[in-house]
Amino acid sequence: MKDLKDAAHLLRLAALFAVLFVIFLVVRAALVPKSFGRYGHYRGDALAEIAAKPIAYAGHQACETCHSDIVDVKSKGKHKGVGCESCHGPLAKHADDPSTVQPARLETTSLCPRCHTANAAKPKNFPQVVPENHSGGAACGSCHKPHTPVIETAEVKP
Amino acid sequence: MNMTRRHFIVLTAAAAAAWDSMLAGTPEAAAGYRASGHWYGMLINVEECIGCGSCVRGCQNENNVPDGYFRTWVERYQVADWTVENPTVDSPEGGKNGFPQAKDTHGKNFFVPKLCNHCADSPCTQVCPVGATFHSPDGVVLVDPKYCLGCRYCVQACPYGCRFLNPETNTAEKCSLCYHRLTKGLTTACCEVCPTGARQLVDFKNPKDPIHEFLKTHSVQVLKPYMATKAKVYYYGLDGSVR
Repeated sequence: MKDLKDAAHLLRLAALFAVLFVIFLVVRAALVPKSFGRYGHYRGDALAEIAAKPIAYAGHQACETCHSDIVDVKSKGKHKGVGCESCHGPLAKHADDPSTVQPARLETTSLCPRCHTANAAKPKNFPQVVPENHSGGAACGSCHKPHTPVIETAEVKP
Repeated sequence: MNMTRRHFIVLTAAAAAAWDSMLAGTPEAAAGYRASGHWYGMLINVEECIGCGSCVRGCQNENNVPDGYFRTWVERYQVADWTVENPTVDSPEGGKNGFPQAKDTHGKNFFVPKLCNHCADSPCTQVCPVGATFHSPDGVVLVDPKYCLGCRYCVQACPYGCRFLNPETNTAEKCSLCYHRLTKGLTTACCEVCPTGARQLVDFKNPKDPIHEFLKTHSVQVLKPYMATKAKVYYYGLDGSVR
């Protein structure tokens, strides 16, 4: 016991360290979120929170479940690879509630030139026109049907 | 009292280890989606891109990206002749509303869509001091907006300039590869609206993904391979002038 008596000042110091360590653990437990470190050095719950965000684009699969007639028409035309919402815009709300949320009717005069306005940087085999020269201001939709854009009967201007 | 100093030190270390494992808990399985079964990236076919900006608008609609900031954008490169080292690059409003006709239409002109490369060895996650940006188990680099301090370290660290500080939330933001869509079995918004299929979401862990056949038969590149970030956005038809 004589040895321990000489080391009493060290024991007091050790006890102080032990108390501080416990305080550290308590504070850490209070501050660090429970899911931190579940999968890595980050808050594991963040994954589920990010995954739970709502979608704006329903995806063409959702459109095709109801609009199979359009799918049939589109599959025969040049636009078969173009997603529905590429032109029609984000319509997840319409897919959730088709009767009350109706998509706006599209204006071909402004819609088609987004892709088909001539530009030197576009791939050479991509159909491009200078809209003013091509239609003289007439709406694209007055000649072309957007789901099958090639005009089969009339003469096609280059 | 017969606890020696040696016992105390050993016990302290053991207690710390036990406490840490208790805090970490056990991984829980998400309903209907197994993150470890996927490893996402993207394939961009530069030769198919028409610079229409659909992807930029789609991303903005899907992710509420503030005006003037971009999670994805389209650049136009104009390479006059042999000046491959000094191309003229422009991206008016990120290419959101398309591009005006180039001044010099005789040189080499092409579009390059850009987004977060979801690097497997990403500099941005390494510099985050608080663990607010991380790799998800399915290979997507994400930002935890509740944990981000807005210190901008990651914005500086990204060699591709893919990050920005959202002026509304003051937290770092970037392409999440539409993680909220991937986990629902959908493709990203930009791939969904791309009219030419120039962008393709790929899942390297899916053996049926056409990417495997494509990679075997085509020459592809990543951006800035010398940065050794193990980028997972592959470009087909990329010109040497692209930075």
